[in-house]
Amino acid sequence: MTARTPETPGTPGTTGTVEPAVLTPDVVIVGAGPAGLTAAAELAPRLDGQVLVLDREREAGGIPRHSDHTGYGLRDLRRVMTGPAYARRLADAAVIAGAAVRTGATVTGWAGDRSLEVTSPQGRLRVDARAVVLATGARERPRPARKIPGDRPAGVYTTGHLQNLVHLHHGAPGTRAVVVGAELVSWSAVLTLREAGCRTVLMTTELPSPESYAAFNLPGRALLGVPVATRTRLTRIIGSGGTGSDGSGSGAGSGVGGHKRLEAVEIEDLATGRRRTVECDTLVLTGDWIPDHELARSAGLEIDPGTRGPLVDTALRTSRPGVFAAGNVLHPVDTADIAALDGRHVAGEVLAFLAGREPSPDGVRFVADAPFRWVAPGLLRPGDPAPARGRLLLWTDELVRVPRVVLRQDGRVLARRTVPWPASPGRVFRVPWSMVRSVDPHGGPVHVGLR
Amino acid sequence: MTDVDVVVIGAGVVGSAIARDLAGHRLSVALLDARDDVGDGTSKANTAILHTGFDAKPGTLEARLVRRGYELLSGYAASTGIPVERTGALLVAWTQEELEALPGLRDKAAANGYERCELVGADEVYRQVPALGDGVLGGLTVPDESIICTWTTTLALATDAKARGVRVLLGHRVTAVQPDASGTLLRTTGGDVRGRWIVNAAGLGADVIDRLFGHDRFTVTPRRGELFVYDKLARPLVDRIVLPVPTSRGKGVLVSPTIYGNVMLGPTAEDLADRTATGTSEDGFAFLLSKGGRLMPRLLEEEVTASYAGLRAAIDHGDFLIDADADARYLLVGGIRSTGLTAGMAIAEHVRALIGEAGLVLEPRDDLPAPPRMPNIGEADRRPYQDAGLIARDPEYGRVVCFCERVTAGEIRDAFDSPLPPAGVDGLRRRTRAMNGRCQGFYCGAEVGELVATRAAAVRPCADRPCQAGDRDAEEARR
Repeated sequence: MTARTPETPGTPGTTGTVEPAVLTPDVVIVGAGPAGLTAAAELAPRLDGQVLVLDREREAGGIPRHSDHTGYGLRDLRRVMTGPAYARRLADAAVIAGAAVRTGATVTGWAGDRSLEVTSPQGRLRVDARAVVLATGARERPRPARKIPGDRPAGVYTTGHLQNLVHLHHGAPGTRAVVVGAELVSWSAVLTLREAGCRTVLMTTELPSPESYAAFNLPGRALLGVPVATRTRLTRIIGSGGTGSDGSGSGAGSGVGGHKRLEAVEIEDLATGRRRTVECDTLVLTGDWIPDHELARSAGLEIDPGTRGPLVDTALRTSRPGVFAAGNVLHPVDTADIAALDGRHVAGEVLAFLAGREPSPDGVRFVADAPFRWVAPGLLRPGDPAPARGRLLLWTDELVRVPRVVLRQDGRVLARRTVPWPASPGRVFRVPWSMVRSVDPHGGPVHVGLR
Repeated sequence: MTDVDVVVIGAGVVGSAIARDLAGHRLSVALLDARDDVGDGTSKANTAILHTGFDAKPGTLEARLVRRGYELLSGYAASTGIPVERTGALLVAWTQEELEALPGLRDKAAANGYERCELVGADEVYRQVPALGDGVLGGLTVPDESIICTWTTTLALATDAKARGVRVLLGHRVTAVQPDASGTLLRTTGGDVRGRWIVNAAGLGADVIDRLFGHDRFTVTPRRGELFVYDKLARPLVDRIVLPVPTSRGKGVLVSPTIYGNVMLGPTAEDLADRTATGTSEDGFAFLLSKGGRLMPRLLEEEVTASYAGLRAAIDHGDFLIDADADARYLLVGGIRSTGLTAGMAIAEHVRALIGEAGLVLEPRDDLPAPPRMPNIGEADRRPYQDAGLIARDPEYGRVVCFCERVTAGEIRDAFDSPLPPAGVDGLRRRTRAMNGRCQGFYCGAEVGELVATRAAAVRPCADRPCQAGDRDAEEARR
């Protein structure tokens, strides 16, 4: 720890008010998930000053902490383990490398370009760093953001809320669940429900086919015995008993713990318009990710309209010098190991910044053409490295089994290639960097699409 | 059996204000509510505006009480810490008809004693609210319209009432009334309660209670209003209340900042038969999105943090219906629309005068406790998570439990330790904002739920059985 001011909060200032204690690490990383912890583990041994990781949760590790199934660590650690084991391992590695990891520390705003305001039980703090890495991750849109009408009963969850409840708080959902979504995270929810003794009676997806990995699909369906209703949307939530929770000028109303009980949901067949109700006492809304971009936006960083996270270049620089971003805040969402590898990638770029390397002010934007919703990173500057793992990441709204990827710049085709993996909604689609080599970094925007 | 001088039925903002006011005199008072919390009906779900009364119908009781209530509540809010922000309002005209209606509205405001409205051109409207959609023709300013925390308002009044000795009897739904020689016996789901005088401030249920007393003079029609609350990141788009101009084709929707730092769009207006229909609807959502898209297109790009529906107690009567029946020792406070939030304390004054004229002896007390100091859950003032000194003294105020709304463990603890603790998650939301934020429980739902399960059961004997007289003593003994 190299804090230059004693960390004793409550030091009375001259005016009698208490001033926040000030910490001055070399690098402050916001978010102790896979991206932030990996960045910290890479940076700490290579810097004289402190590398400080802040996380508002009680434990470091991020989302994998409550994803109690295997499949973590493949690409970054080259071995497979459960989410909680993976989370512990990354947290331990950061601390062993010499980083300071503070949990229960909520970043509440900016005090300067690279200065953060923090609330923690140890006091109100100000963190003045030479570089900042935003690794705040992503969350699933809850019910209100999905604009689902109806009653507001208890028993409506996102996957995150459900897994938090079951794995960290040992709470119990109901006995009959409907899961909205049929992507990787949706099956993760089904597994959690099963473990908690709750049967999934139906999964729904608006797409014509379930989106998730093949490994989860056929065997998963057979094993778990869950019917999937495709081209189906949720139109209403039906509760009974009591009256729902209301709000007033603010946000009460997700149905978390309202008086009513969930009785059923109404779903619509998109092909025929026919509606029917399905009885259930638990509803899990999965996927539909949004980055936790509050700090990026409150800083006034340029935002990528596609990902809704901060716009970054291939070095993961945001629009503010010395402020970087890594992980699923940039690409909502990829797997945890990919987020971790972002953390490794950003570490080298942070070191370069601290060593005084100036990026080129020029650069070209990547633009996602339909059926792609977004592309990340969004910017390529002359002289910059390839992105993490040498891949451009994209998100598709349609299933394309044999994608013929085309890159165009200033009306001319730069590269075209048929890749041997599908573009599937609900998972990130990767384009090899070799297709990007002939981009003119002084030219117009580069469009990435399919032929 | 509870036997008091005055029973007030309905612990919403109006009933709580009346009970508090009467308890300022040498009287025993009980405040009843069918639900397990105060302010859990119409009072909890409205547009949360502290009205100047500029657009009330001149000469009505409502116009007078809203104007008086604005002064009373502004003062009371300052002394108790109810969050208020004087944002001002701007009526925006989008059609020729609306534009032509503006001078009349300014004159009406003047007739109501409010002289500060100003007509402004489209350029000035866009200067004040640049994010408005295309097509504005002009506007009218109302500089003193304010936003207020409706939840804290009812809680402050009810807490104050309790400190003045009012018996707050929750879970007491009135099922029958039996007049006798010197008062009325109320049969309730929580046991019998007798009062020499009864004040009916039952909101959506006021007509039902009124019929129990043998009257048949009005019917409450629940008018559902659906609202969207947008993410805090939308707040820079609008710093004042943007009101529609009422015309012959009905009222439009408003866009307003909220006291918690969000932006609100709504409400719809739909008359219903079902007094419990607080669900939201597909049509309501579609209406809001189409209106919102015209009013402020950029707002629709932001995330919706919450959607909800409130029921206003619309009645077939153009004014507040407040009437004392001296013979029956019964007083009706009916037809209190959304303006009741502003008017509540003035309604209480008015009720006091009527009940005094009707024969109740009112002898002011000189031993009143100071009004309560309420926890600040508004964004305009410093909140506990920002207070370095407070956190240094008590680290629980540094432990943020609800990340989105920055609610600390200290505030949740305080809510459960307060004189009117929450009975469940919804009550906790209204006292602290916990779980009201953009993630809607993704991060903190499980932890808050666990806290509520342990704390609500421990502090609240009334939570799973009706309160009986004597519970209050037991509650106080436990503290």
